[in-house]
Amino acid sequence: MRKKLEDSEELAWRIRRDAIEMTYLSNGSHIASVLSVADIVAVLYAKIMNYDNTNPKLPTRDRIILSKGHAGAAIYAALAEEGFFNVEELKTHYADGSRLSGHVSHKGVPGIEISTGSLGHGLSIGAGMALVAKMDKQPYKVFVILGDGECDEGAVWESALFANQYQLGNLIAIIDHNKMQSLDFCENTMKLEPFEEKWKSFGWNTIRIDGHNHKELQKALEEAKQKKETPTVIIADTIKGKGISFMENQIVWHYRPPQGEDYTKAVEELEANKK
Amino acid sequence: MRNTFIKTLVESARKDKDICLIIGDLGFGVVTPFMEEFPERFFNAGIAEQNMTSVAAGMAKEGKKVVTYSIGNFTTLRCLEQIRNDCAYHEVNVKIVSVGGGLAYGAHGMTHHATEDIAIMRAIPNVMVFAPGDPEEAKEVTKAMFAHEGTCYLRLGKGGEKRIHEEIKNFRIGKAIKIKEGNEIAIFSTGAILDEATGARQRLEEMGYCVAQYSFPTIKPIDSETILDCANKCNMIVSVEEHNILGGLGGAVAEVLAEHNTKAKLVRIGMPDTFSSVVGKQSYLREVYGLSAKKIVEKVLSKL
Repeated sequence: MRKKLEDSEELAWRIRRDAIEMTYLSNGSHIASVLSVADIVAVLYAKIMNYDNTNPKLPTRDRIILSKGHAGAAIYAALAEEGFFNVEELKTHYADGSRLSGHVSHKGVPGIEISTGSLGHGLSIGAGMALVAKMDKQPYKVFVILGDGECDEGAVWESALFANQYQLGNLIAIIDHNKMQSLDFCENTMKLEPFEEKWKSFGWNTIRIDGHNHKELQKALEEAKQKKETPTVIIADTIKGKGISFMENQIVWHYRPPQGEDYTKAVEELEANKK
Repeated sequence: MRNTFIKTLVESARKDKDICLIIGDLGFGVVTPFMEEFPERFFNAGIAEQNMTSVAAGMAKEGKKVVTYSIGNFTTLRCLEQIRNDCAYHEVNVKIVSVGGGLAYGAHGMTHHATEDIAIMRAIPNVMVFAPGDPEEAKEVTKAMFAHEGTCYLRLGKGGEKRIHEEIKNFRIGKAIKIKEGNEIAIFSTGAILDEATGARQRLEEMGYCVAQYSFPTIKPIDSETILDCANKCNMIVSVEEHNILGGLGGAVAEVLAEHNTKAKLVRIGMPDTFSSVVGKQSYLREVYGLSAKKIVEKVLSKL
């Protein structure tokens, strides 16, 4: 096992810094989604998940699926910073011949379980993995990160029914609830509220937290790991574009790559806030 | 055919503890033998095929060999992207099984007719496509499917299909099964329409033609060797399928022939790029859409 980073605040900062660089170099989209989910990903990799960065197929490893695959840069950055592959490689994101596609790809990338990008697949796949862990009495947990807009997909609710029916206590969903989706705020697109109650009524254990507060994230995830038969959903209230003030809650940053002055300002702001 | 499938599935599962079955709330009375013998490996995903398919992919990713099972288009078209992304791209051991291929659910209506499934599944990389023609073929295909690592689609008939083969020796994935040799006309078929194709071949023989007949339980990969061999020997190749005329067996045969200089001309017989909105049982609809033995013969004679 190579040395891993155990400071989640440091990892979250690096994910944001890497992601700005990656989307700047590649002219890639979805920077705001990456900034939104960065803390969730950082706490999982730094504090919660069991894995071996030199043996990504370790049978007892915890499984993670980024179902909102468009925030792929966050996972690639976390994997690189945690020693799965060289941080330098992040610069090839979106590039010709790279293994780091815009949306998450498992092909040849150590540490990626499942390729995603089309929304509404990850929770079901995770349910299948959790089901096998239960059948074969394996200790691993399955973490699935979803977007809130993703919950428009009917398949999400099919898997919510399934996980409850088959008592998949080892399945933990974390929703990056930044209240925004592709064109507008969720509530102007497809109303999700009362969101927590929806999950509750599907039989899930629900925890609602500030998705940028690492202590709250860690506590919620530790609590979820204790469940035996009830699947848990952590609804993490987040801010889209979190950490770069002019990107926060601005829909345009779902698509716009940081270029020119925007890039310089974003880097300055991140560097100034380095702890 | 579906009972033969379940029987073979149960036998395979006795030998291989990784085999699991997940159904989309269909198969009343049919899946019971598996359910009773292996309750810990049987799951009903409810009427939710997208989730069923992705769950199967997740299970297969963890080492299981998972059969998804429902009828008509429910295991295929309803969850097509789950098959493409979650199963095929990840090259996992999910075996997609559909009962009632073609017009088997005749009078139930067009929602229950699986008449584009072969073309659509054939277009997905990493997916093998099977449509056995009788219970014997169903048995062999099922066994072979479990021996193969990767995603497969198995299109079954419904039940009560006539047994055509006494015994199949040396079944191989991707190899057509010879029923009869001949050097004037070659009839190819895939799936349960084998019965009608056999009837057509017999009638043509009675008329004095020398007719070869092959069943294609595997459509992907297609048996180019048999196709080219027949196309060099015979004057006409006739493809017969209970499926849209586009993209299925006839399409696959045409793709092979288009890239070679052979002597035979190709006559494709299938649903004429239409939905069946006529009400009637399978035999009636086969007659309406030109798929019965009699109609196949008429078409062949008109093209000679």
